[in-house]
Amino acid sequence: MKSQIIELYVNGDLRTVTVRSADTLLYAIRGKLGLTGAKPGCLNGDCGACTVNVDDWPMKSCLMLAVEAIGKNITTIEGLKKTPIQQAFVDNFAFQCGYCTPGFIMNCHSLIHQHPDADDKTIKEWLGSNICRCTGYAEIEKAVKTVLENQ
Amino acid sequence: MDVIGRSILRKESQDKVTGRARYTHDHHSNTMLSGKVVISPYGHAKIVKIDTIEARNMPGVKAILAGEEFPLTGEDIRDRPPLAVDKVRYHGEAIALVIADTPGQAKKAADRIKVQYELLPVVHSPTQAFQKDAPMVHERLGEYIKEKHTTPVPGTNIATHIKIRKGNMEKGWTESVTTVEADFSFPPSDHVAMETRCSIAEILPDGTIKIMTSSQAPFMVKQLIAKYFNEDIGKIIVETPFVGGAFGGKASVQLEILAYLGSKAVGGLPVKILNSREEDILMSPCHIGLDAKIKFGADHLGIIKVAEIRYLWDSGAYSDKAIDLTRAGAVDCTGPYNIENLWCDSYCMYTNHPYPAPFRGFSHSELSFAIERTMDLLAQKLQIDPLELRYRNAIMKGHTTPTRVLLNQSNVGDLQKCIVRLKELISWDEGQVKEMNNRLVRVKGISCSWKTSTIDPNAPSGVILTFNRDGSINLMSGVIEIGTGTKTVLAQILAERLKMNVDNIHVKMEVDTQTTPEHWKTVASRGIYMAGRALLEAAEDVINQLREIASIVLRAPKEDLEIADSRVFLRDNPLMGLHFQDICYGYQYPNGNSIGGQIIGTGNFIMRHLTHLDPETGAGKPGPEWTVAAYGVEIEFDRRDFTYQLVKAATVVDIGTVLNKKAALGQVMGAMSMGLAFAGRETFYFDQLGRVLNPQLRTYRPLHYGENPEYLVDFVHTPDLEAPYGARGVGEHGLLGMPGALGNALSVAAGVSLHHLPLIPELIWKTKEAKS
Ligand code: FES
Ligand code: FES
Repeated sequence: MKSQIIELYVNGDLRTVTVRSADTLLYAIRGKLGLTGAKPGCLNGDCGACTVNVDDWPMKSCLMLAVEAIGKNITTIEGLKKTPIQQAFVDNFAFQCGYCTPGFIMNCHSLIHQHPDADDKTIKEWLGSNICRCTGYAEIEKAVKTVLENQ
Repeated sequence: MDVIGRSILRKESQDKVTGRARYTHDHHSNTMLSGKVVISPYGHAKIVKIDTIEARNMPGVKAILAGEEFPLTGEDIRDRPPLAVDKVRYHGEAIALVIADTPGQAKKAADRIKVQYELLPVVHSPTQAFQKDAPMVHERLGEYIKEKHTTPVPGTNIATHIKIRKGNMEKGWTESVTTVEADFSFPPSDHVAMETRCSIAEILPDGTIKIMTSSQAPFMVKQLIAKYFNEDIGKIIVETPFVGGAFGGKASVQLEILAYLGSKAVGGLPVKILNSREEDILMSPCHIGLDAKIKFGADHLGIIKVAEIRYLWDSGAYSDKAIDLTRAGAVDCTGPYNIENLWCDSYCMYTNHPYPAPFRGFSHSELSFAIERTMDLLAQKLQIDPLELRYRNAIMKGHTTPTRVLLNQSNVGDLQKCIVRLKELISWDEGQVKEMNNRLVRVKGISCSWKTSTIDPNAPSGVILTFNRDGSINLMSGVIEIGTGTKTVLAQILAERLKMNVDNIHVKMEVDTQTTPEHWKTVASRGIYMAGRALLEAAEDVINQLREIASIVLRAPKEDLEIADSRVFLRDNPLMGLHFQDICYGYQYPNGNSIGGQIIGTGNFIMRHLTHLDPETGAGKPGPEWTVAAYGVEIEFDRRDFTYQLVKAATVVDIGTVLNKKAALGQVMGAMSMGLAFAGRETFYFDQLGRVLNPQLRTYRPLHYGENPEYLVDFVHTPDLEAPYGARGVGEHGLLGMPGALGNALSVAAGVSLHHLPLIPELIWKTKEAKS
């Protein structure tokens, strides 16, 4: 399969990457850009560990090809700097092993942005797409609700 | 106590919320090659031919391992070839390994390997395996190298048999007025840590073997690779960075062996093998299944007089940790109840299922389902309140365990207190059943558990403390940060002991077996107990050295010196003293003369008085202490379609002392969530060829956000006098009672006795259909 050089707009920087057309966005940002915050958990869209934001919406980066992301605004966990949701995760013990955390935070970050007044149902719809195997979700719920309430 | 009990934030918090925490797979270099494993598509089949010719000629391929006889591996019985040779024994078994430049190339080549199989009859369950005419999983069982205390029975599928014999059975039956007898079973399932397993191996020109792996047991990896392959143990260095969840599944050594063999095949170049989710579920060790038979006899008050128990543990294709799991299930076989006349046979059975790793709770959530359902059957038969029945039979000090350990005020928690607290927490007095409307009903189920940690009698733990020039301390322990927060809690213990600010204690998160003192394995909720004791000894060592040098400078006897706030000072005149920074690298007098030197504290710990079990009676001391707990689950059940929602789940654990409140709550709630998923939905579905039909997170569904119940957690405090600050292990206990409590709630709700897991609506419906 042929490789091609593309430009990706990641965390505010324009980055040049060589990819094959079959490479997923997850593979490109981890393997080519060294942004290993997004995690592989299933490569099948089932776990959300690989979630990044694309044009401010959560996207499972294992389900998107790198070439599809050309011209889009990609934010990974490395692009978040001292956001309220990150601190809320820390304060509420909303992670243990931390493997699902970047995906959850990116999902929550977008949720807070898109639905600042999200109710329980909306939160569930959004966060239901990610799996955390360590916590029982109570802490994650608390973290996201604290941020929603405080803004 | 200043620091103990407080919800100190995790030391690695910032790393984990910024994407900077690195796990094994995040370590990558351009020179790293990729390994891809070819796995068996069948449960039991003869390998007729492996054709690798086409694959070898694919671009990027560096080596292919297949059909070669490597030394057999396995912890108690060496029964497992790293790559299958003559036959495959489970769906997912590794049969070939391709090493190529990139993951894509390795995968493409792996797809071109052609294997010809001849199907063999499949052993589908431990019960089937136990029958006389069952197909043999290991024809040459008698020839394997094994540990002394393991008792395989050649010519059968029995990998080991543990016997517990206590009291007088005849007397027990005579004293009983009622008996209950029931069978329970469930197939294997999976841990589903979010990080799939990953191992990287490299062999340097001088023979040094470097392995990085997502493991709970890097020191075991080192030991076993040295043992299996006759390598020099000092030349093996195993590194473990953060681990993305483990739950026991990463205590087995498997992928490391393949990475090691792969690197060896390419002249020592670094080789990385990352499991896909499907491989992680199929190939790597799973969560054990069980077939159980329980018979209790009780007097008219419900006091259990006698028990006859048979556990057939599903060891799958290989025995590895299943031998230990079988033993652990035997030593606590009765659940937390005092039963003086006892006969238990715990068998480790080979089948054609994936083989098990430890799973959070180490056999206890599994046996607990069988015991706790039986307790409810007994309560029902005698018309006694199920909570009251448990209260009456609760094991406590003065009683002996199945292996005849005498319990005292320290080595067992207070189950009756847990039960009393649970009763309030779940408002038991309001009644077990609440009608909502003609469809919906809310029902509570309860259960209890206990657990000791059956770890190796000589398991070690060590801690090293060093200083920085500003007087802050570096803490090094071989405990792995698998998510339990143990390393932060260790910092708290040290801060408490030295009465210093926990922020001035730096914890080394990564473990490498060359520079970190060994901690046996990060398993069995034993991190704090063992590493904490080692740490306290190291703290003593540091205190002693600090006082020694301070006594010279301050010209005061050591005994007059106190330590707090990173200072050593005179007890009666705190203003006269020295900061750690002035003495931790020696003290320098104004004229330049220096005394003392760098302070390094060391401490170690080894369990005391643990013994092997007597082969005929099981008598012996298997673990240090028993943590007990009581549980409740409330569900809302739909009588029309047999679906249900988890409304509330409660756990009361006798934790001894809470070391970090939020961390402890998080451990308990997380374990409860996992237990409810295990009980309510997680299982491997097998077909007639022994194939697992659902090796994906779409078809194997852990609990998702919003599917969890409301959690009610509380603690009872009976200190363990041997443990740091009295704390008992807590990492597993939230899980143990969930299957029993959920099973009890659903059995009442559906009006039918449920004996299998997972408790899905279809099972409930089928059980009802079968009854009517
Ligand atoms: S890795 Fe993308 S959803 Fe699981
Ligand atoms: S913190 Fe481990 S999976 Fe969520």
